Amino acid sequence: MSLTDAPKIITARAQYDDSHTLERFLATGGNDGLKKALTMTPEAVQAEVDAASLLGRGGAGFPAGRKWAMLRKADVSYLVVNGDESEPATFKDHLLVERDAHQLVEGVTIASYALQVNQAFIFLRGEFALGLERVQEAINDAYKTGALGTNIFGSGFSLDIVVHPGAGAYICGEETALLEALEGKRGYPRIKPPFFPAAIGLYGEPTVVNNVETMSNLPWIVLNGGAAFAALGAGRSTGTRLFALSGHVRNPGVYELEMVKHTFRDLIFSPELGGGVPNGDVKAIIPGGVSAPWFYPEQLDIPLGQDEVAEQGSMLGSGSIVVMDTNTCMVRAAWRITKFFSRESCGQCTPCREGSGWLERVLWRLENGQGRMEDLDLLLDLCDNIAPGLGWPPQQTTICVLGPSIPSSIHSAISRFRDEFLAHITQGKCPHA
Amino acid sequence: MPESTNETVTFTLDGREVVAKKGEAIIAAAERAGTYIPRFCYHPRMEASGNCRMCLVEVEGPRGSTLMPSCFVAAGEGMNVCTNSDKVKKAQDGVLEFLLSNHPLDCPVCDKGGECPLQDQTLLHGPGETRFVEEKRHYEKPIALSELVLLDRERCIQCGRCTRFADEIAGEPLIDFAGRGDRVEVSTFPGEPFSSYYSGNTVQICPVGALTATPYRFAARPWDLDQVESTCTGCATGCRVAVQSSQGRVTRLLGVDTDTVNHGWLCDKGRFAFEGLNADGDDFELSDPRRRITSPMVRTNGELVAVSWSEAISRAASLLGETAPESVGAIGGASLTNEGAFAWTSLLKGVLGTDSVDAQLGDGLDPSLVLGLPRATINEAADACTLIVLSGDLREELPVLFLRLRAGAATKKASIIDLSNGSSCFDKVAAVRLPARPGDAPQVVAALTGDDEAMKVLARHPEGATFDADAIAKARHLVGSDGTGVVVVIGRSSLAEDAAFVEDAALALHQALPKATFLPALRRANVHGALDMGMSPGLAPGRVSMEDAASSLSALWTKKPTSTGRTTLEQLRAMDQGAQRVTVVLGADLGADVPDADLVQRALSSDAAIIAVAGNGSTTVAAAEVVLPAAISHERGGTTTNLEGRVSRLGQKVVAPGDAWEDWMMVTELAHELGTTLPFGSLDDVTNAIAVYAPSHHGLTTSLLASSQASDGVVVPLGTETLHERKAADPMAIPGLASADHIGLGAFTGSITSETPSESNQGASEVAFSQVRLPERRALNAVVPDGYALRLVSGRKLYDLGTAVSASPALAALAAPAVAKVNAYDLDRIGAHSGDRVRLRSQKGTMIIAVESDAHVARGTVAIDFNVGQAGETTNAVLALLDSSVAVVDVRMESLS
Repeated sequence: MSLTDAPKIITARAQYDDSHTLERFLATGGNDGLKKALTMTPEAVQAEVDAASLLGRGGAGFPAGRKWAMLRKADVSYLVVNGDESEPATFKDHLLVERDAHQLVEGVTIASYALQVNQAFIFLRGEFALGLERVQEAINDAYKTGALGTNIFGSGFSLDIVVHPGAGAYICGEETALLEALEGKRGYPRIKPPFFPAAIGLYGEPTVVNNVETMSNLPWIVLNGGAAFAALGAGRSTGTRLFALSGHVRNPGVYELEMVKHTFRDLIFSPELGGGVPNGDVKAIIPGGVSAPWFYPEQLDIPLGQDEVAEQGSMLGSGSIVVMDTNTCMVRAAWRITKFFSRESCGQCTPCREGSGWLERVLWRLENGQGRMEDLDLLLDLCDNIAPGLGWPPQQTTICVLGPSIPSSIHSAISRFRDEFLAHITQGKCPHA
Repeated sequence: MPESTNETVTFTLDGREVVAKKGEAIIAAAERAGTYIPRFCYHPRMEASGNCRMCLVEVEGPRGSTLMPSCFVAAGEGMNVCTNSDKVKKAQDGVLEFLLSNHPLDCPVCDKGGECPLQDQTLLHGPGETRFVEEKRHYEKPIALSELVLLDRERCIQCGRCTRFADEIAGEPLIDFAGRGDRVEVSTFPGEPFSSYYSGNTVQICPVGALTATPYRFAARPWDLDQVESTCTGCATGCRVAVQSSQGRVTRLLGVDTDTVNHGWLCDKGRFAFEGLNADGDDFELSDPRRRITSPMVRTNGELVAVSWSEAISRAASLLGETAPESVGAIGGASLTNEGAFAWTSLLKGVLGTDSVDAQLGDGLDPSLVLGLPRATINEAADACTLIVLSGDLREELPVLFLRLRAGAATKKASIIDLSNGSSCFDKVAAVRLPARPGDAPQVVAALTGDDEAMKVLARHPEGATFDADAIAKARHLVGSDGTGVVVVIGRSSLAEDAAFVEDAALALHQALPKATFLPALRRANVHGALDMGMSPGLAPGRVSMEDAASSLSALWTKKPTSTGRTTLEQLRAMDQGAQRVTVVLGADLGADVPDADLVQRALSSDAAIIAVAGNGSTTVAAAEVVLPAAISHERGGTTTNLEGRVSRLGQKVVAPGDAWEDWMMVTELAHELGTTLPFGSLDDVTNAIAVYAPSHHGLTTSLLASSQASDGVVVPLGTETLHERKAADPMAIPGLASADHIGLGAFTGSITSETPSESNQGASEVAFSQVRLPERRALNAVVPDGYALRLVSGRKLYDLGTAVSASPALAALAAPAVAKVNAYDLDRIGAHSGDRVRLRSQKGTMIIAVESDAHVARGTVAIDFNVGQAGETTNAVLALLDSSVAVVDVRMESLS
């Protein structure tokens, strides 16, 4: 295959070593999108984003324009940017905040103008030490150059942006937990309804929460028009998006690809992209972050599009794709993912708090050859008590979706690789060890 | 809690139509309709958190049915809710199994075993065997969250009831969750123990045995407990309690949920002070409050020796009978029941003919003010638009009243104007803070009600006014023009200030705001009941003056005082001067309670005879001629009256130690010995006599009091409040045991004399008897402050040197030492620092004490708590400076460092 000639929308500057500097930013069209937006009415900017059909890049894939439109009736008080990228194998926002923080700040300013909010927050994962530094620098640069603060570029529009470092909790990527943390509280997800951010958000006010990548697309969309963005991709999945590829591939990394026009196989095997699997072949892939049900070799030709993946019973999610080769122990893989969720459960709801730890311990026993036959049914039944029915998208007995994300890998592993589990039990050890 | 509203919605619950109040949670609406949805984290008196997930139900929505927490989701019009589908059952069973997975199976040694909601749920619905074969999580057990509360983290099910209580109800977020996943644990913050006056409530609402309190730990098993419902007499709030005993000893108190008073909460003093009852009688000196008085005593050859009751009664009767009425008096009575108070009043005023009876100890308010002002109920105060606080620190004096009043302000429904002059519990929630310095209250109230001249007087202070025109303007706006929706809490914020200032301020508020109602914050146990029973000079039983005393009283009283008697301070002076020869001291500890040490000392060492009626030892008992042992708190029945005038029943749970009697019995014997008969053959006879002879209590018979409509008590006079059946509250509140709600209660079928319940309680004047008239306002001179002196403020502490705290080992350890608190500004002026020792000198005396900087103390004042000892001492330190003969106490302070 060959890659499409879609432009690099958000990683254009990443080719330069000094992509994070103000000089490079201004030399490569920096703030052009913002300046153009400020000549338009806020409604016209919103219309372009609507026309672009920009799907949220945080994981849920909700159209950004629609999210904004839900708030048109109310006065939006705050824009909050979710940069708490903490899921294993997800590292696309990491690149954006470190390599092109100015673009993010420009996008946030455009969104704030479109929504007519005067206070925005960027909640960044605390472990992004360099990213925090670079985003703060970009904000300082923007204040200095009149791109932020009072009366931006003489437009009469004013905005302040505050960067808030997270304290190292995965749960704070959940938008309502993020808002709690931003308010200085323990990062507990809120119960929805009624606490949808659009209705009762930060400090109880209507709030828009958008992802870093979503924001980074806005300068290009405003500059080139929503139609140009919508012309890329297919169906509901328009434009390009970042894919974070990791696992058993030759060239792990972040790739910006036009949506739908490429398949998982292209991403993993194309010499310009993943470059193939070094040892053996693909055994399974995780198509959209560790919350997603797994795909198998026969599903590699599914296009990289939101609906295309959803139709096959999983999700494109945050765009992070993990390749597991034929040497991988699937029990160990499921255990490792479950251990992550168990450590990161906020502990609020019983099923997630207790269930994740229980599942992790049973999987650990299985992996270490101390499993029992009844453990497989036990695992699935415990999963069912967290996500009744084990369907996709999952139902839940918990407040947020962290809990119902836990069963995905366990259910996938047991459904497809039951024989591997049985081998662990009958051999009394991990066959891959 | 949802807003109370009359709007309703109709929804379908398991196929039948159910009506819910608008905004009411499904779990509550279902419960009223008879469907109990299992729960752990939900508590009807707190905001729902929806985190235990036990109460999941299926709710049909646009995208099919989903599982929702029924504690969090309000019943909506047309909503279809299913509580018993397979899906719901599977989810709930799953949650229960998850909760049990890490929960230790130490029920046999767990204090909660037998009354544990988790145990009960498991027994009812749980699996017979566990599927959890892994190692459970382990922690050191237990760890102390405070001196009183221990935490077993292995048992904790992370429901968050305790952490939410501390934050939401008590306003003291001293405990919170730490950690993540199944390693989440309740924790205090580094260096800050869970030292809260309300910590015992977390133990009561803990649905497992994770939180235990030291006084009950391993003391009994729930199935061995016997209980009776009663009223706490630790202060004048009148919280309803369940008193539980095992083997004849009180082992535990639990709060009973009543809409009208305590909402199920108790303070730790009320909850744990029962320990004092169990003190071993004779181990301590007679002057020690830990000593229980177990037998009558008479002074013989200078020593108090135990005698028989007949000997003691005979000696007391001869002292009383052979002394002229004007030379006989009685001090105290706030610790009595209404029946005890009525009996003693009948004996003292009606048999002996003396009017020198005073239940207050020189630290209260003019009773005609307390009884004459239009009275508010606690609920009216909690729901008031504006609350004016002109009292001591309610958190220290009336802790659960504070919880009720704080709730309104914390949820922004009520605005508080705080005029207290020391530290104030309302600091965080008050809308306006106008700290009136001692002697200033009348001017502050004048300024508040529109007098601009008063502002100028206040501004003449050496430090200028402590508040600005904006604060006054805001306060004036909040009180409005006639005081509609305004409730005023009045009490003594400082014992170093003449009560006349607060009394005048209250009268001024009443004149300026005629629609405002008042909640008198006299704090001591049944002081309100004692005043209602006439235990004050010039008063007869039933909130009437002696002149207006019911003519029917002559059937009971053979005499009637001819002149107005002496107050407590006047009686002490008369004892000193030889004018009062015999004094009955009713349960009071004069040395600790009267704010004039010299005077008490002179009175006790005079040759006036004291007849001490007491349950515990004290210096007064040690100085007495005759000592009569009395049954106290849970050792007696009868009724008590709280600060809103609510009469509620006391439940006797244990037998008084030794030969102690209830007061009405000793009074009846004394009357007989004095040659008259008081017609009291039983406690009920006294209660029913009150209903006949006390106009304010007309109709309040034993049959009404024993009815289910009166289970929360009844506000007198009848008709000021609508009687109601108690609502079901938290079914897990007193788990395992039969609910305390209806013990011994049946419906009242008789008729109530005053038929028309008034809408609010403003109608004291509508009541059909001539209630005590308000005193006239007197001209008070503003006391010019000495520019070099600090004005002394002395308020109460919950944990002090009083009998209740001193006699309870768990509480006694919590009393903090006395320090002098001053504003940093004044500390700078004398060049002292926090922790330094200073010398304080008033006209009365001198003391050396540690000083501390405190931003809550107004400039120009120094605050030293009343009845608190300096480090290592057990004497009321501030008494060295107090002088009951001056209006305010000014002290000079010099640094000794």
